[in-house]
Amino acid sequence: MSNKESTSRTLMVALAVSLVSSIFVAGAAVSLKPLQQQNKLLDKQRSIAAIAGMGGEGLSGAQIRALFGDTIKARLVDLEAGVFVQEGPDPVTFDPLKAAKDPQQSVSLSNAEDIASIKRRERLTTVYVVEGEQGGIETLILPIRGYGLWSTLHGFMALEGDLNTVVGLGFYQHAETPGLGGEVDNPRWRGQWEGKRMFDAQGNLAVQVVKGGVDPQSAAAIHQVDALAGATLTSNGVDNLLKFWLGEQGFGPFLAKLRAKEA
Amino acid sequence: MSKLTPKEVLLNPLFNNNPIALQILGICSALAVTTNLNTALVMSIALTLVTGFSNLFVSLIRAQIPSSIRMIVQVVIIASLVIVVDQTLKAFAYSLSKQLSVFVGLIITNCIVMGRAEGFAMQNPPFLSFLDGIGNGLGYSAVLIAVGFVRELFGAGKLFGVTILQPVTEGGWYQPNGLLLLPPSAFFLIGFLIWGLREWKREQIEENQFKMAPQVRKEAF
Repeated sequence: MSNKESTSRTLMVALAVSLVSSIFVAGAAVSLKPLQQQNKLLDKQRSIAAIAGMGGEGLSGAQIRALFGDTIKARLVDLEAGVFVQEGPDPVTFDPLKAAKDPQQSVSLSNAEDIASIKRRERLTTVYVVEGEQGGIETLILPIRGYGLWSTLHGFMALEGDLNTVVGLGFYQHAETPGLGGEVDNPRWRGQWEGKRMFDAQGNLAVQVVKGGVDPQSAAAIHQVDALAGATLTSNGVDNLLKFWLGEQGFGPFLAKLRAKEA
Repeated sequence: MSKLTPKEVLLNPLFNNNPIALQILGICSALAVTTNLNTALVMSIALTLVTGFSNLFVSLIRAQIPSSIRMIVQVVIIASLVIVVDQTLKAFAYSLSKQLSVFVGLIITNCIVMGRAEGFAMQNPPFLSFLDGIGNGLGYSAVLIAVGFVRELFGAGKLFGVTILQPVTEGGWYQPNGLLLLPPSAFFLIGFLIWGLREWKREQIEENQFKMAPQVRKEAF
């Protein structure tokens, strides 16, 4: 038997160990991939359902799949033109975040436009529509994202059929400080959004996250939500990202067309 | 070296030779994943399995490993196991793996795993090495769960996500201690644990490495 420390022996052992390990790892990764993708989709759909006030955390996988099969429909929207896209990629599998990174499928934002600090915005994005019994939109669920203190907050907001009143708002992914900015997940804080109006009577964007508490007597209270205690930058981030996504660069044109029934 | 019994190998790392409290290994992840018991428990199970099996495999091929590349071989084995654990978690416990994020991947660099592979599995037969890995994993788990218990109960008023002390923000009476949710608190808690353990098992107290010399020179005023 050759010496254990010889060069050829060393190379052989290195090769053998690498080969066995790579087969082991690749096998696990490939065989588990379908399950993982399913989980990822389910997780996103669960948070959408929760934000739209249709259950969520308590729902089983089968219930979520049924909900997205019958009630909640994914639709693609062209943000610039502000219309639904009829042909094109499959809205269920389309990934707007990936599109935002691809120069072909996104637009670069100037500093003045980019109040949510997302740098690039996709041209097409996925929205979720719950249709009413007589047709028409009952709930519209829009993806939103923007920078807080440490991280980009990714979430959804659900609007009623008037495209103004909030059904719910929540973030499914962020890395803000636990106990401070992380309180964006607090159900009590999120509950405040319910019933708030994003636009005033003239159709101007009026939503605001205010420090020091909302004065319930004031006329603007219907547009305002309390900032998070001890988390000024996260609160500003939420304020900015709402103004961005409901504004001209975001869903503004789309919402305008929807109101005029032209989308 | 005296003959090791399987029982000793398995149970010694729990209190007598705890990897966190005595060997001071694996502190990083102990700070990061102990804000609640769910993540602490999953991390404990993951690390225990990885340490056990990496020790087993390293020990199985220990006679073949050339000493010039032994650490690389150990890391390859550990990394493969960790990737498999990470993939399995993503497939079967998605929400937990989301909370643990990078820390499962960082088991690769956890000193306990590497330390046991190099320090024990390279010299001992497979079965004993496997038990040593499991034992050290359990020692790590014991500290993680103790720290996680305190942090989640007093930091968020919950245990395993179930509210025990109703916090003020949800209309209860308990004012959560936010510091406990931040990493430094785990340092303090582990410090207290080590103190307590060394009061109980005084043989763990280390000799001072130096002695303060008494001040003899008179200061000029």
